[in-house]
Amino acid sequence: MGAYLARRVAALVPVWLLISVFAFALASFAPGDPAELILRRQSDEPPRPEAVAALRDELGLDRPWVVQYVRWVGSALAGDLGTSYRTGNDVRGELWDRFLITLELAVPAFLLAVAVAIPVGVLSAVRRNSLTDHAARFMALLASSMPSYWLGYVVILLFAVELGVLPVAGRGGWQHLALPALTLALGTSATLARLTRSSVLDVLGEDFVLTARSKGVAGRRVVWSHTLRNALIPVVTVMGIAFGHLLAGAAIVETAFAWPGLGRHVVDSIYDRDYPTIQGFVLFTGTVFVVVNLLVDVLYVRLDPRVRLAARNQ
Amino acid sequence: MRILRRLCRDRLALTGLVIVALLTLVVVVAPWLAPHDPNAVSPVNRLASPSGEHLLGTDVLGRDVLSRLLIGARWSLGAATFVTVCVVGIGLLVGTISGYYGGAVDAVAMRVVDALLAFPALLLTLAIVGVLGPGLGSVLAGLIAVVWADYARVARGSVLALREREYVLAAQALGASGPHIGLRHVLPNIVSSVVVLATLEMGQLILALAGLSFLGLGAQPPDPEWGAMLNDGRLYFLTAPQLMIYPGIAISLAVLGLNLLGDGLRDLLDPRLSRRRSAAATE
Repeated sequence: MGAYLARRVAALVPVWLLISVFAFALASFAPGDPAELILRRQSDEPPRPEAVAALRDELGLDRPWVVQYVRWVGSALAGDLGTSYRTGNDVRGELWDRFLITLELAVPAFLLAVAVAIPVGVLSAVRRNSLTDHAARFMALLASSMPSYWLGYVVILLFAVELGVLPVAGRGGWQHLALPALTLALGTSATLARLTRSSVLDVLGEDFVLTARSKGVAGRRVVWSHTLRNALIPVVTVMGIAFGHLLAGAAIVETAFAWPGLGRHVVDSIYDRDYPTIQGFVLFTGTVFVVVNLLVDVLYVRLDPRVRLAARNQ
Repeated sequence: MRILRRLCRDRLALTGLVIVALLTLVVVVAPWLAPHDPNAVSPVNRLASPSGEHLLGTDVLGRDVLSRLLIGARWSLGAATFVTVCVVGIGLLVGTISGYYGGAVDAVAMRVVDALLAFPALLLTLAIVGVLGPGLGSVLAGLIAVVWADYARVARGSVLALREREYVLAAQALGASGPHIGLRHVLPNIVSSVVVLATLEMGQLILALAGLSFLGLGAQPPDPEWGAMLNDGRLYFLTAPQLMIYPGIAISLAVLGLNLLGDGLRDLLDPRLSRRRSAAATE
C-alpha cells in the first residue's frame, strides 16, 4: 500500500505544480504595476517613484520569473499567501475561515447526494426498464438540465414564502442549511445516480455474476455482495471529483442563499480585483482537490484488492 | 439522413431534436418575433402583469419580458455556440497534432490537458474571469481556455488508434502531407464522437454561462442574457417571482433539449455503447 500511495502522490505532484504555476501566472494578467497598486491602496496620494522602486525591489518584482515563482510558492507552502487588497487581512486566514463555513454546507450536501444517488442508481439498474428506472432516469435528466440555484429559488418560493416553514437565506440552525444544501446536492446526486446505474449494469453483465447466479445464489445476495462492491469502484473515483465540483458550484449557491462561504468570498474578491485572494483561492482549492483525490485513492485500495495486489507485485 | 431517420425512432431524442430546432429558429428570427425593443425602458409600466401588449408582463424597469427572453436566446445560445465552435477547433487541432507527431509536443500538451481536466472547469473559469475582470468577454475567454482540453483528449485518442491503420500508412507511403492525412483520413473518423461530446457539453456551457452571469460576472446590464435576467430578477424575487421563473425555464428547456439529443446521438453513434446494447439484446 505504501508503494502504491507513493506513486499516487508522485502523479499528483505535477498536477499541483501546474496549478500553482497557473495561480502564480494569474497575477501577471493584472493591469498595472503590483507595487504601485499596493502603495495606491495605502494612501490617497499618488506614490512617489522612489517608493515604488523600493517596494519593487523588496517584493523582488525585477527578478526573473522563475525566481519570483519559487519565492511565491515557498512562502505559500509556509502558509503565507499575502495580504488581501480588499480587507487588509491575511489571505490564508480568511480563506480557511470561509472554507470551514463552506464545508458546513458542502459536507451535508455531499452526504445527502451520495445517500440518495447510490440506492436510486442501484435500484434503477437492477430493475432496468421498469417504471422506477424510467422515473429515476428522467428525474436525473431534469436535475442535470436545470440551473440548481434557480430551482433553489423556486423551492424558496414554495417552502419559505407559501408554506413559511424554512428561512429564506442566511446562516444559522439546520433550517438555514436545508435549502442551500438541497440545492447544492441536486446536481451531484444526478451525476452520481447516472454513473451508479451504468456501473452496476456493467458489473451485472460480468461472467462472475453469471456464475454466482448459476450456482443458485439468491438474487439479492448477487446484487449486494457480488455486484455492488465492484460497481462502486468507479463511483468512488467520481465522488472525489464530484466533491471538487461541489466546492466550485458552491460559489453560485452561496451567492443565491447569502451563505458567507469560500465561494461567496471569491466572487466578492473578483468584483474588487483582489488578486492575492484570487490567487490564494486557486492554490487553496487546488490543494484541497489534490488532497481529496488522494483520500479517494486510499479508499480505492481498501475497496479493490486488485489495486493492492498490483501494487505489491510492482 | 439514415442517422436522422433512426434518431426519429427514439422518442426522447426526437423531443430533444425538436426543442433544439425550435430554439435555433428563435435565435435566427428573434428580432422579428420580439414585439418590443428588449432594452426599451418604460418607468410607468414597471412590473406590469401579462397583457395583450406585454404577453409575459414587464420587468422592474418596464422592459418587455417576452422580448428580452427572445433576444436573450441569441445571447445565451449564441455565446454557447461560439464557445463550442472555438473549443472544438482548438481541441481538434491540438489533439490531432499531439497524437500524430507524439514526442515532446505530445508530452507537454497532454500534461496541460490532464491538469485542466483534473480540476472543476467552473473553478478555473472563475479564476480567469477574476483576473480579466467581470464581463461576457472574460467569461467566454475563460471557458474557451479551459474546455478545449476535453476535445483535445478525444481527438488525440482517436488519432493514436488510427495512426497505425493501413489506409493511413498507405496515404503516408503515397507521400500525403500531415494536414492532408489529418483532414481526409483522421477527421471523418472522429466527427461522430466530437458531435456527441459537443452536444452534451453545450448544455453544460449554457449552464456555466448563465451561472456566471447570475453572479454578475458575465453579461452585464442591460444585455438580456438569460443568466443576467435571473440576476436582474433576484432582488424582486419575492414580489415578482415570474421575472426569475421565465428565464429559468428557458435555460432548463435549452439544456434539456441538448441533453436528450446528445444522449440519443450517443446511443446511435458511439460504437462502444451500441456494442453493449446489442450484447444486452442477445441476453
